[in-house]
Amino acid sequence: MFAYLVKRLFQAAAVMFVISLISFAIQDNLGDPLRELVGQSVSEETRDELRDELGLNDPFLVQYGRFLGNAVRGDLGTSYFFKEPALTVILKKLPATLELVAGATIIIIGLSIPLGVYTAIKPNSIMSRLIMGISIVGISVPVFLTAIGMIFLFSVELRWLPSFGRGDTVDVIGYWSTNFLTLDGWQHILLPSVALASIMLPLFIRLIRSEMMETLQSEYVRYAYAKGIAPRRIWFVHALKNTLLPVITVGGVQIGTMVAYTILTETVFQWPGMGFMFLEAVNRVDTPLIVAYLIVVGFIFVVTNTIVDLIYGLVNPTVKLSRMGA
Amino acid sequence: MNSLSDPHMEPSRLSKAWNSNMAYSFRKNPVAVVSLIIFAVIFFMTLFAPLIAPFDPYDPRSFDIMLSEIPPAWSDGGEAQFIFGTDDQGRDLWSAILYGTRISIFIGLAAVALQAVLGITMGLIAGYVGGRVDSILMRVADIQLSFSTLMVAIIFLAITQAVFGSETFNQYAIYMLVAVIGIAEWPQYARTVRATVLAEKKKEYVDAARVMGFGPLRIMVRHILPNSVSPIFVISTVQVANAIISEASLSFLGLGMPVSQPSLGSLISSGFDYIFSGSWWITTIPGVVLVVLVLVINLLGDWLRDVLNPKLYKG
Repeated sequence: MFAYLVKRLFQAAAVMFVISLISFAIQDNLGDPLRELVGQSVSEETRDELRDELGLNDPFLVQYGRFLGNAVRGDLGTSYFFKEPALTVILKKLPATLELVAGATIIIIGLSIPLGVYTAIKPNSIMSRLIMGISIVGISVPVFLTAIGMIFLFSVELRWLPSFGRGDTVDVIGYWSTNFLTLDGWQHILLPSVALASIMLPLFIRLIRSEMMETLQSEYVRYAYAKGIAPRRIWFVHALKNTLLPVITVGGVQIGTMVAYTILTETVFQWPGMGFMFLEAVNRVDTPLIVAYLIVVGFIFVVTNTIVDLIYGLVNPTVKLSRMGA
Repeated sequence: MNSLSDPHMEPSRLSKAWNSNMAYSFRKNPVAVVSLIIFAVIFFMTLFAPLIAPFDPYDPRSFDIMLSEIPPAWSDGGEAQFIFGTDDQGRDLWSAILYGTRISIFIGLAAVALQAVLGITMGLIAGYVGGRVDSILMRVADIQLSFSTLMVAIIFLAITQAVFGSETFNQYAIYMLVAVIGIAEWPQYARTVRATVLAEKKKEYVDAARVMGFGPLRIMVRHILPNSVSPIFVISTVQVANAIISEASLSFLGLGMPVSQPSLGSLISSGFDYIFSGSWWITTIPGVVLVVLVLVINLLGDWLRDVLNPKLYKG
């Protein structure tokens, strides 16, 4: 297990290294930091002096080393637009995105497990067919279209729910202000979370259903029935436990996918999170912010994947260490 | 097998296909039949878009800003010459949808073709060569799969757009979309093909082929690869649906097809600004077309998976 841990951490470090190289290459090629600093009016000689002073004429490796050193200390440059450290800008936007992801995750977990189990237990009932039918439609509707459809229905036609922004938030600690403490906040987060959940929910219902159906065929479940254990207990305690193993692995990968979909959801709802910020930064060619976003998102991906792999190794004792490469 | 000795009784290829198990299960499945019909109708209408469309949506002279935001013909204020109304620039929506769906389908198919070529090649090499090559390729595939395609595509396209400026970007947008969606998803194929190769390459017929002096390329492509045809089919349908969704999402974000040459995603995006002022058709009609297109492909994929029931590679 220990060797596996080390190997996994080494891989995570390697991936982060590649991301840092890409980020650096972008920073090197996108926009001109001098123009952002001094504008157009400075003479060529002063420019060269400044270039030397800033170290822009140093060899590639020296510059990359400096970039890496600063990045490790949390210095990813200053945003041209916000005139603030890029990392601070992102950290301010991060809670909004995380709350959106949290809202969607609650909906996904709360619905996919009961629905998945139900469709597995009663595969031929009308209700199950209906759920499976809706789920394939759900997979086929892109997340931005769900979002637009909901805005059209609930905001434009019925005028029940707001269509953009976060509404009233309550400061919790540091940069974190939450939507979950005011009614207005709940109203604002409802549509975006449902939109974000809509793309993943069908996937998880289908996954839980197929895994559950497989588990229900197994010997130990039949033995549990024979022993006279209540069906409800067999479904939700005995069978569900083993169903959740693959769900964890898929879930981990989907967290990353969800970060991508937040960009779409946030754009439609003008949600002030980091996805929306990223697209704005691209339009303004705010290089430090783009690079910082890249590194933060890369970091989130690498960390979640590593944790999911480790959890999978821990909760599934049948995973052979040889398969894990240890 | 039961091939008939009388040459006159030899059934034609067409009737053989008609009587096969797959065709039988297809005829017995109304959902699959309807899906295929809808897909065929959409496909051929978009294929012959230049003949069907009443206007040329790429020609700025064919539309008039004074005629913008006309509602569909069946609602109040609609005009008969614009069946689905016009968009914010006065472009005939029906023509724009025909051409846009054509672009969406083209990008979907081309991107999946690229995925398949890359993935099958990598999978064959990894499985057949084995050893270090295999473990490096599969490790790369794992890492690539752990990053969401959409995320990689958004970042790549956003940065390309910032570096080259939107004019150059718009010119090459279609190729870039195919490339980025195609390259990001190859591991799906590679894993399945590799699994087949590993299962097959120990079998006697492969040894026999080797003894007969066939080269590795011929053995891989002509002998081993046919065994993974059914999983490749099943993956491909799902992948085409996903690629079309990805393209639409990217275009919606302004990172795909430009408004002057819109795909379904860019049409939806351009209509989104007008949804609050009541011009619902610019977004809704292309949206419905997109959903129907992806839905029928997914339904066909579901049916195909049930019929072929391949052992897909699982995590």
